[in-house]
Parts: sequence; C-alpha cells; structure tokens
Amino acid sequence: MNRPRVAFFSFGSCEGCQLQVLSVEDALLELLGAVEVVNFREAMDDRRDDYEIAFVEGSVVKPEDATEIRRIRNRARILVALGACACLGGVNAMRNRRAAADVAGEVYAGRQDGVFEALAASPISSVVQVDYEFRGCPIDRAEFLDAVRSLLAGTVPYTPPFAVCVQCTLRGTPCLLERGLPCVGAVARAGCEAICPAYGAPCEACRGFHDAPNFAALGDAFARAGLSRAEAAAKLQLFNDYREVRAAWERALPSPSDT
Amino acid sequence: MGASAAISVRHLTRVEGHGNIVVDVQDGVLTRCDLEIVEAPRFFEVLLKGRPADEAARIACRICGICSVGHATASIHAVEAALGITPGPRLRLLRRLNMAGEWLQSHVLHLGFLVAPDAFGAGSVVPLAASHPEIVKSALRLKRVANEICMTVSGRHVMPISYHPGWMGHWPLPAELEALRAGLAEAAADLQTLVDVFAGVAWPALARPAEHVAALEPGAYPMMGEGASLHSTAGRITPPAAYASVLQEFVVDHSAAKHVRGPGGPIRVGALARVSLAAERLHPRAAAALARLRLAPDSANPFDNVAAQVVESVQAHAEATAAVEALLADPASEGPLPPTRPAGEGIGIVEVPRGTLVHHYDIGADGRIARANCIIPTAQNLASIEADMRVLVPTLLARPKDELTHALEMLVRAYDPCISCAVH
Repeated sequence: MNRPRVAFFSFGSCEGCQLQVLSVEDALLELLGAVEVVNFREAMDDRRDDYEIAFVEGSVVKPEDATEIRRIRNRARILVALGACACLGGVNAMRNRRAAADVAGEVYAGRQDGVFEALAASPISSVVQVDYEFRGCPIDRAEFLDAVRSLLAGTVPYTPPFAVCVQCTLRGTPCLLERGLPCVGAVARAGCEAICPAYGAPCEACRGFHDAPNFAALGDAFARAGLSRAEAAAKLQLFNDYREVRAAWERALPSPSDT
Repeated sequence: MGASAAISVRHLTRVEGHGNIVVDVQDGVLTRCDLEIVEAPRFFEVLLKGRPADEAARIACRICGICSVGHATASIHAVEAALGITPGPRLRLLRRLNMAGEWLQSHVLHLGFLVAPDAFGAGSVVPLAASHPEIVKSALRLKRVANEICMTVSGRHVMPISYHPGWMGHWPLPAELEALRAGLAEAAADLQTLVDVFAGVAWPALARPAEHVAALEPGAYPMMGEGASLHSTAGRITPPAAYASVLQEFVVDHSAAKHVRGPGGPIRVGALARVSLAAERLHPRAAAALARLRLAPDSANPFDNVAAQVVESVQAHAEATAAVEALLADPASEGPLPPTRPAGEGIGIVEVPRGTLVHHYDIGADGRIARANCIIPTAQNLASIEADMRVLVPTLLARPKDELTHALEMLVRAYDPCISCAVH
C-alpha cells in the first residue's frame, strides 16, 4: 500500500501543535511508517509539494499567509487545521479589536517599513475550505493520532459534540464555577478530558463551542456564582474573539470591557 | 579581485519559526549578512493588556510551544513580585522540577531531532532513525520522561495549566513522583548515550569572543532566577530592576524580532553562556559530561552551545531527580499564598533553555495587566548570530557554495533559535 504523503505548515502561531506531533513519542516511528512526510520545516530539510494531506497550524495574519494557504489548498486533497489559532483565530484574534497600525506602533515604536502589513488575525477557514479541524490549544496528542488513523482508514475523525462539563464530571473534578471561578466549560467543546479544571484553571474554551451552547444561560450561571455576565464574555474572548466566532456569543452577553 | 557569493536560504529548516539567511559577497567584500526574521508578530504584549493577572501565565505560555513552561514561570514570577507574594521552598522546588523537565525536553529535542541530522549527515530525523537508531530511540525515551515531568506537574508538556499566583493547581501524588523517579532512573543510560554520541562530533572551529550573559541565582545552577542578578563574562553584575541597561532592545529593518545589545555590543545567552558563568555550580555528573565532551567553559565558539546543551541535559536530569526525591521525602504541599497588595510592578527573570527571559508587568488597581514587556532569549542572540556569520563567511569563500550555505545553517541552528518566541 502506498503511504499517503503528508505535509505540515505553520502561520501565526507558537508551533506548539507541531511540537505535539513530534512528541507522540512511542507512536512517532509507527506514524512515520504509515505516512510519508514530505514537508515539515520545523523538523526536516526535505520540501516537496506533492502532498495529499496538509496539516496547517496558526492563524492567517498577513497577506502572504492568505496566498500561501490558497496554494496549499490547491495542492492538498485533505486540508486539516491544527489547533486554536488555525481553527478559531485563537488568542491572536483579541488584537483585532484595535487598529493594526495602533497595535504595531505600540510594540515597535519608531519602525517605518511595511513588514507588519497585517490582516486581522483569522482562522484558516476564513480564506479556504477546511476539511477537518483538530481543536485545542494545543492539540491533544492522543486525539491527533486517533484522527490521523481515521483519515488513513478513510473515515471521519471523531469530535465530541458535547460540553467540557461532561468530561469534567466523568473525571470527578469539583465544579469550578460553583466555587466562584470564571469557568466556561458549559459552552465549550470537549475532547480535552477536562484537563484544565483538574489542574486548577477554569475552562477557557480553547476548542471553541459545542453543538448547542447557551450563552445567556452561561451568563446567568456566572451571575449566580457571584461573577458578572461581562466576566463570562471576557473569558470567551480569550480564544473565541474572531468576529464570526464572536458572533455566536456577543448578542447574549454584555461587552467584556464592562467587567 | 576577491570572490563573490550570494546565498539565500528561505525558511531555514530544523528551527522553530520562519527565518531566512541572506548573504552577499561582492569581490571579496561582504555587503549583506542578515538573518531575516519573517515570522509575523502576534503582539503578546498587547494581548496581555487588560487581562486579569491570574490569567497572565496561561496567556504568556502561548508565546512558545517549546518553552511554554519557561514563559509561565517568568510570568508567574512577575505577577507574584507585583502582588507581594513570596513562594516558599516547596513551591519553588515543584516549579524547579517542572523547569528541569522542560530543559531536558527542549535540549533533547534540539540535540536529537534538529542538530543530530547535521552531525551525522542526514536531512532529518527520518533517515537518521534508519542510520543511527540508537540516537533517535535514546532521544525519544529522554523526551518522554521529560514530558512526563511536565505533564505530572502542570497537566501538559506544552502550555502548562497549573501556574497560579501563590500556588500550583496540582500537587504531585506520591505515586506520580515514584513513577517519575523510575522513569528518570531508566533514562540515565540514554543520557549517557547522548553524551557519548556528541563527544564524538567535531564542529567547525569558529572563535568570536562575545559577552555571555545569564541570570545567576544564589546557591544553584542558573535556572529559576529567584533572587538573581544578571551576570556577564565582562564582569558586569546588574540587578533585575536595571535589566534594560544590559538587555537593550532595538528594532532593525530585516527582522520582525527586535534585536538586543549589551553595553559592550552583541551578547550571547543560553546554555554556553550559563556554562561560561556557572560551570563550578554543575552537578558532579554534569561536570563529568563537560569533561567527557572536552568543552572549555570559556569557549568563544558558538557551535559549542550544542555541547553545552548536552551538559545541561545531564544537569536537568540530575536536578529533576533531586527534586523528585525531596518532594517524595516530604509530601506536604505549599500554598495558596495570598497577595499582600492588590496592584504593583513586577519583574520575572528566569533562565529558559535558550537563555535569559524577562517578563515585566504593571498590574493596576483593578487587578488587570496595565503594561507588559517581554524580552526573549533568541532576540538577545540575533545580533551575535549575525556577527558570527560575518566572521564565518570569509573563512569559507573558497569552498563550494553548498558547503558555505550548510555551515551558515548549522551556525544558526547551534543557537537553537526559537523564532516565534523571539517575535511574539
């Protein structure tokens, strides 16, 4: 059987999702036996463009990125977005609320050239059609392997359609929101095994939302926990502030700046 | 008339992030010698503004996949300094264990996956796994135990979860610590393989003296920056509050990452700089590795950063082992420690795998980050990398272009640059 040719690319990101791929450890050599990696700048010199499956990490943040992702889309039979930056815009999208020149001027005072000709930080799907999204910040290693096995078998990778609260309950973690912490697990898509609440941090919805999120009810739950509805919005802003993602929640909740 | 050469490497491979090497020599005169950093900024200093202080470590760690524990640590130190929280010895020990795990993970990733292909004539880890399976398998096992440390302490090895001001969200259970102890003991043989393999590698001889800088904390090998001052091989000792005088940031046109210079010009930070400044503080096993690798602590050769990373892998393994033993001997947790003031200014300085990292925040009366500044190790090394390139190029002009190109690529890789991080 021919091994499918796969490639990895990255745009505006920390490359942590690619690092997760390199960290599958015991399964790495098995994975390398099942696919032929033809392009993976972070790890190898070879650079071929005859790939069938492209894994793309990061947000589109500059005009060259939009050109490049269109080129990748044209070559790849299957395009997979890896992680919050690629699927949702991720933390990068928070800057879109301010003018790009204003943001650049604050960090690079005195810089004149046009290196920072910037687009609004955007998910890959804002530019091209994406076949699959592997969610999370970062992606989960076991989930990545399962999803790749599904792709190789010609089946659709599984994405849990339910809330992080389900996995948190199964795990037996006491509810953070009931303890007055700003957790948005009730609207967040699961698949992470609810790892953040287990380690003392509220869920911040890095995988986006599940299939039937009720944002007004989340605001009510925040209010009952002694938090403000605007604090719920501020949490959702962290990974889900790209305008089309934000549209899902912004009408149901006050502006996060009202906190 | 002298030689001419034009080299352009677009998107250098086997480094984190996007960088180009551009060199032009006209009639023997070097007219251009740049490491272009073309990664787009994500503007983390802006993203942090307005966010609650207890979120800062979880946002800051997203700067970098490879050194996310380092960013979380610098961030939590800055927040705790601002809010008047002073962690006690057990909290500090647990965080040191996690940092040792990240050092081991990061160094072994670089040595086994990114640098070893250069040392053994392979284009990547894939052919290397066929030609030198013992290297790849040892590196994989070492990375696994290193990742296990970070997963145990902070929930994930990329993007740690448990860093909160004054506490850690998970205190490892005795059974978890015993598993780490066993894993670390098993990894000792793989560590020796790493030392032996790299002891046999000859790197290009390139001597360019530069001021080496590291944050030296009292009584330990430089890692956590607690109570540290910035020391340099030029004899400068600078308190944390004056960091901007030794790490002077400036913008250049060909790099989206700012460059940094010290008072005496370009500086080097990272494993070699730490060995230069603190070789006498190495654990006996790491000191033995230093001798086995014949690494001179005062080396002026940037390629020796690779050997220094091998030495520090041994150091990180020894530190992690000692921390696990100490945590097992006394399982009592520490924290949460409450803030003693609602607002303030704080500086967090730590030694991450690639060098000295600074996070500096102002926290307002509303408990939110009002201003953030981050100075990244790779940015501190960029001016030195280019200075090294300017010394290296003339020595290789008589050689085939491919050889010169590869030497330049190896030079940049020796610094283990983290470009996404440098731009942030």
